Amino acid sequence: MTVTTPQTVIVSAVRRRHIPFSVLMGLGLAFLIVCAALMSFYIAPFDPMRMAAGPRLAAPSIQYWFGTDEFGRDLLSRVLVGGRLSLGIGVAAVLSGLVAGGLLGLIAAFSGRAIEAVLLRLIDVLYSFPDTLIALALVAFLGPGIENATLAIAISLVPFYARVTYGLAAAERAKPYIEAARLAGISSGRLVRVHVMPNIVQSLIVMGTLGFSSAILSAAGLSFLGLGVQPPSPEWGAILASGRNYITKAPWVLIFPGAAICLTVLSFNLIGDGLRDLVDPRRKGR
Amino acid sequence: MNTPFLRVRDLSVTFPAKGAPFNAIDRISFDLARGEILALVGESGSGKSMTSLSIMQLLPGAAQMSGSIEIDGQNIVAFRRRQMEDIRGAKVGMIFQEPMTSLNPVLTIARQMTEGLVRHKGLTRRNALTLARTCLDDVGIPDPDRVLSQYPHQLSGGMRQRIMIAAALALRPGILIADEPTTALDVTVQSQVLDLLFDLKTRSGSGILLITHDIGVVAETADRVAVMRGGKILETGSVDDVLHSPQHDYTKSLLASHLTVDRSMKQRRTDREETGA
Amino acid sequence: MTVKTLLNVEGLRKSFTANRRTVHALNGISLTLREGETLGIIGESGSGKSTLGRIAVGLDTPTSGELHIEGCRIDTLSAPMRREKLRQCQMIFQDPYSSLNPRLKVGRQIGEGLFASGESDWRAINSKVRDLLARCGLEKDFAERYPHEFSGGQRQRIAIARALAPNPRIVVADEPVSALDVTIQAQILDLLAELKKVENLSYIFISHDMAVVARLCDRVAVMHRGRIVECGPVEAVIENAQHPYTRNLLEAVPRFGRRRTGQRPTPVTLPQHEDGDNFVTVSEGHTVLQASASTCRGTGQ
Repeated sequence: MTVTTPQTVIVSAVRRRHIPFSVLMGLGLAFLIVCAALMSFYIAPFDPMRMAAGPRLAAPSIQYWFGTDEFGRDLLSRVLVGGRLSLGIGVAAVLSGLVAGGLLGLIAAFSGRAIEAVLLRLIDVLYSFPDTLIALALVAFLGPGIENATLAIAISLVPFYARVTYGLAAAERAKPYIEAARLAGISSGRLVRVHVMPNIVQSLIVMGTLGFSSAILSAAGLSFLGLGVQPPSPEWGAILASGRNYITKAPWVLIFPGAAICLTVLSFNLIGDGLRDLVDPRRKGR
Repeated sequence: MNTPFLRVRDLSVTFPAKGAPFNAIDRISFDLARGEILALVGESGSGKSMTSLSIMQLLPGAAQMSGSIEIDGQNIVAFRRRQMEDIRGAKVGMIFQEPMTSLNPVLTIARQMTEGLVRHKGLTRRNALTLARTCLDDVGIPDPDRVLSQYPHQLSGGMRQRIMIAAALALRPGILIADEPTTALDVTVQSQVLDLLFDLKTRSGSGILLITHDIGVVAETADRVAVMRGGKILETGSVDDVLHSPQHDYTKSLLASHLTVDRSMKQRRTDREETGA
Repeated sequence: MTVKTLLNVEGLRKSFTANRRTVHALNGISLTLREGETLGIIGESGSGKSTLGRIAVGLDTPTSGELHIEGCRIDTLSAPMRREKLRQCQMIFQDPYSSLNPRLKVGRQIGEGLFASGESDWRAINSKVRDLLARCGLEKDFAERYPHEFSGGQRQRIAIARALAPNPRIVVADEPVSALDVTIQAQILDLLAELKKVENLSYIFISHDMAVVARLCDRVAVMHRGRIVECGPVEAVIENAQHPYTRNLLEAVPRFGRRRTGQRPTPVTLPQHEDGDNFVTVSEGHTVLQASASTCRGTGQ
């Protein structure tokens, strides 16, 4: 009998070709967006910073697919390179938020009643603030700029990830196999690392995907308000901000970056929702 | 009235799977008459629960059923949903193992008991309530009015199971399917519930298909028994015959591994004699 | 010749509070487990038997009362010392399907107990693990597999191997065969009996099934609503049950040769016990709870 690793629900769904259409669509879209962002420097027809690459506020044409902005910069190039920025901020913020929040949640779940009580209250209080608001407040405190914006967004995601991780960890904690591992006498750290983590990783990945779209929205929002990425960097929110005044004269300056944000958020939400449905405890068990 | 109320002939249930389809039930046949208790005994995976679900047409969608199931003369295998709704509850009652999940936690007992009566017997709410009260009385529940106004979580497991039985029998079905009705209950409560089932069988005249893995329960309660394994019925007969002179090897091994207090005590005595203690 | 006492609880109480309701799971339990014996704890749901088992291995802490292991008082120790001492007590859980970690190889799960005991060389650990598997009636190669590949009976054997890895003196088995098919139950009980002799263990065997207790145990304590109502050698308690609850329990077990009559059962009134109730000695080592106070200890021979 060959050894079979316990298939994650996701992997077995792939094998059975049971992937919902919405997830496939999300994956396809996300793939396109990520590729475009990664290769942006190579495929952008113009230097995104180059002013007067074309006539100012030119409508979309064969030469300038997305048109040009008020400085004559090619919008297509700016949106492509901006994708790199937005996605980069998203990834960095989610990863750090997930690690920090996850750690917090795990500590709360496995450190004894007193610490758990204190941390949970703290997490709950922070969780009650909308994450964008937290990011805003932090950036106002720290000052604008891409690094501060990323940090602020990461911190704003911590309560969410802490809460989610705590929930998952607390559910695991009660399971007999975790109690048995505790009986063996191993340390809490080892218990979490070796015994608990493999069982919650799947769900955390799903949460990461969902947090990603939230992070991108926050980044765009902050840049839009002038608090995040500073001009002339072509972050999507920043492009929206500068195009704000031309909504009637040159709507394309708003439409394309706006659409980019929407499609990115949509695609990752589709993936995250689809994955979450697969991983749902409803489907639990042998 | 010589034909048994339930006649199962060559019933098979298969699930499609990669390669060969999986036979959950493999051409089984048995009868159940009114007023008798037939026990379907087997271990996990034997197909006994699947049998009860087949009769009620509650199988998962992927299942394919063949053979015939006659209830009160009608072959229900090809019945559509509407027709089955008339059968379920009215002709064939069913009680399950977990009384907590069989009862709707947000409805009062009164509501749940009267629902079936109103639907199948066309009674008014008030009459249904009176009938429900009588039925609770029949199963020996003290203070039925109070119980009727309560919710499932306020009652013990044994109580809930008794209510399930009362509700099922209120419709006076020809047969009652009891799928492991006492497995989740304490042994003292189990005893009471089994007494109840036996008593009601006599009084209401319903036949009971008792599905269980416990040979002791079979010995005490059933009239006839069918031993199942791997989707097949290996042996059928009266309880006396099968338990005292089992024919099939599997039946013999099942009986041999059944632990009873008496057997254990005897084993202890022989062990002690052997070690010379 | 005095037999050494391995585990000892005195006046154990445990209460759980949830949603402003308090449940008193244990109401003053006093018990002794002697070296080399199998002590059965029998009771129905709500009796507190599982809670008692969990406190004995350290998964829960008592609200009040004392726990002694090998003469050493546990509840006053610091956490690391407690963990050290409690490693002597291991547990086998009821449900073989949830007591093994689905994402770890079987050998790894068994090996954790050895790792925590100080062995850090995984090669040595792995060879001991394979050894343990063999002793529990499994193939050594099973160490490389995952739990989902095994049947209920096999999983329970794996769970037993895991419990034995830290080399315990006491094993608390909480309904270890209740979730298994009848034909497998006997095999697992035989395995437990054999291991007890070979590995020099003492068992606390928790069950709701009198037949199982009668098969395996030397002494039995009958629990009802958080109290021990009767305690003594298995033969004495079964053949000469004194407490109405014990009698009720024995009477209710289905047996061959008896038939239901359909008579409405006469409700048995069980005595309500108070904290001050005493034990009365019926015979050598056999005590019953009545309206006085004492503790249930196995007296020496």
